[in-house]
Amino acid sequence: MHKESAIREPLILGHKTYHDITEDVCRSIEGKAPKAWYIMLGIAMLVGLYGVGCIVYLLGTGIGTWGLNKTVQWAWDITNFVWWVGIGHAGTLISAVLLLFRQRWRMAINRSAEAMTIFAVFMAGLFPLIHMGRLWVGYWVMPIPNQFGSLWVNFNSPLLWDVFAISTYLSVSLVFWYIGLIPDFATIRDRAKSPVAKKAYSIMSFGWSGRAKHWNRFEIVSLVLAGLATPLVFSVHSIVSFDFATSVIPGWHTTIFPPYFVAGAVFSGFAMVQTLMLILRKGMKLEAYIHTRHIEYMNIVIMVTGSIVGVAYLTELFISWYSGVEYESYAFINRATGPYWWAYWSMMTCNVISPQLMWIRKLRRSLLFTFFISIVVNIGMWFERFVIIVTSIHRDYLPSAWSMFYPTWVDIGIFVGTLGLFFSFYLLFARYFPVLAISEVKTIVKISGESYKNGTAPGHNSHH
Amino acid sequence: MAERVIYASYDDDELLKNGAKKLVASGVHISDVFSPFPIHGIDPIIGVKHTRLGIVSFILGLSGLMLSIVGFKVLMIDDWPMNIGGKPNFSLMENFPAFVPIAFEFTVLFAAHGMAVIYLLRNKTLPGMPADNPYPRTTDDRFVMEIRMSDNNGLSASEIHAKLKETSVIEIEEKDYVVIK
Repeated sequence: MHKESAIREPLILGHKTYHDITEDVCRSIEGKAPKAWYIMLGIAMLVGLYGVGCIVYLLGTGIGTWGLNKTVQWAWDITNFVWWVGIGHAGTLISAVLLLFRQRWRMAINRSAEAMTIFAVFMAGLFPLIHMGRLWVGYWVMPIPNQFGSLWVNFNSPLLWDVFAISTYLSVSLVFWYIGLIPDFATIRDRAKSPVAKKAYSIMSFGWSGRAKHWNRFEIVSLVLAGLATPLVFSVHSIVSFDFATSVIPGWHTTIFPPYFVAGAVFSGFAMVQTLMLILRKGMKLEAYIHTRHIEYMNIVIMVTGSIVGVAYLTELFISWYSGVEYESYAFINRATGPYWWAYWSMMTCNVISPQLMWIRKLRRSLLFTFFISIVVNIGMWFERFVIIVTSIHRDYLPSAWSMFYPTWVDIGIFVGTLGLFFSFYLLFARYFPVLAISEVKTIVKISGESYKNGTAPGHNSHH
Repeated sequence: MAERVIYASYDDDELLKNGAKKLVASGVHISDVFSPFPIHGIDPIIGVKHTRLGIVSFILGLSGLMLSIVGFKVLMIDDWPMNIGGKPNFSLMENFPAFVPIAFEFTVLFAAHGMAVIYLLRNKTLPGMPADNPYPRTTDDRFVMEIRMSDNNGLSASEIHAKLKETSVIEIEEKDYVVIK
């Protein structure tokens, strides 16, 4: 068995047996949902429904219902797309990269972070699809034998790279997540009392029985999928950044975009994980599994990636001056002092200053402060995409074409609607799926459980 | 006569592993182990060979890479070359930098999904498949050895019972062996 240093804070507080872990995770699935859950789900679904209504209106009427104009042809929708994809980066990073680095603290949060990833990528994928205007011909982005003319899709285009990157990312994350879920569904199946639940979880668990050979394969599949998902995570947001970086628009044509976008994605993704996890642990009484140590580690990731993002902002500014290209310089002067100055300075405050507060140990271990900063970072990262996209194009080469972008109610409605849909999915997940990787947490209880570390676990010494 | 099987239950992974070591040393063949999570180090003791799924994934990844390259050649170079933004599609090699992202995505797509599908098929875990763990608690906190009599020709059931009792076993059950899947 692996040993963990005695001075490290335990990952699981108190004394937990294998059975306790099963009970703690299954309680919320088997018991009745609290009133608060119904209220939250009701609100989320209403908001989501409003968003769906806005989408239907958009599809029926046309893209003209958005606030776009001939100068600002990309704005709110692509901002939301990049924001959601960014959020969708933390889950796979936690489960894949941290698995390769053998970080055991990931086990308490990987399941719910991956769920967040998948739902966030759903929301992200919605935006380019509805931006096509004709949603029903969305499949034309696939390289299908074409009877629509003689052209194939353009494999040189970053927009097509995006199609492949996002769909690969979504489907691989989904498979990775589900393979981990199978043994836990089996646990719920074997405990289920009502015939409906038994049948449902029996189908979802695929008949998992936990044989030695199956676990042997399970571990290799997890490891290889983690190895594949790791470069995938980095590639996805790099490719999203190519949508801008391979263009020749001042403010977009920047070689540091790929690493800067990836860092930003991890930054915003972890912020969203913090927001969700702090509510989840309280609501589902998982404080023994997700506690200050986990929150602190995630805050350190936020601090590091936030600093990378800050350095990237300053590098951009420096290079725009150092390049000697007046259009490039103007794009950045306009960001900071032009009509969208408030967006730029909100971004700077939220993304560069706020994570630096995490250097203070007391603050990064404070749950309330973490919750506050996680919201601030989410807002800041939305503004980052808005600043990059809108302020770079609203004042182009020809001053007579300069204009402003103002969102319409459809723009706002769709964005708010995706928040509603996202939280509806997440709340349903929290109710019916095991939010903790039961089988994985059981493997660390003896290594990093508090009672095993300080020797108070009953009967523990006889095992060695 | 139906084949007989002995199920020996333990309440701890380490205790099962220690028991398995003793039993194997005394000549008992353990057919399988059911556990709620992977017991590290059990495979060499009971003779489970290392899976070859990693190799499968590698081969599938290579196939995905090849397929994408063939696709670029056929679709972009041969069938309908285009000059887009000064990136002419007249030679696969010269145009390849623009194809790297999709070549990579295709490699991952094939390696990941191919391995996942083969994993599910090999495990016989598919939607609607029945489970065949002997007790429901093996997915909670029970660790169970399956000792099939047909795998232990030289030993009688009572001999195995006696050997099991020397380990920290908490429950032994002998019954007819039923193949569920």
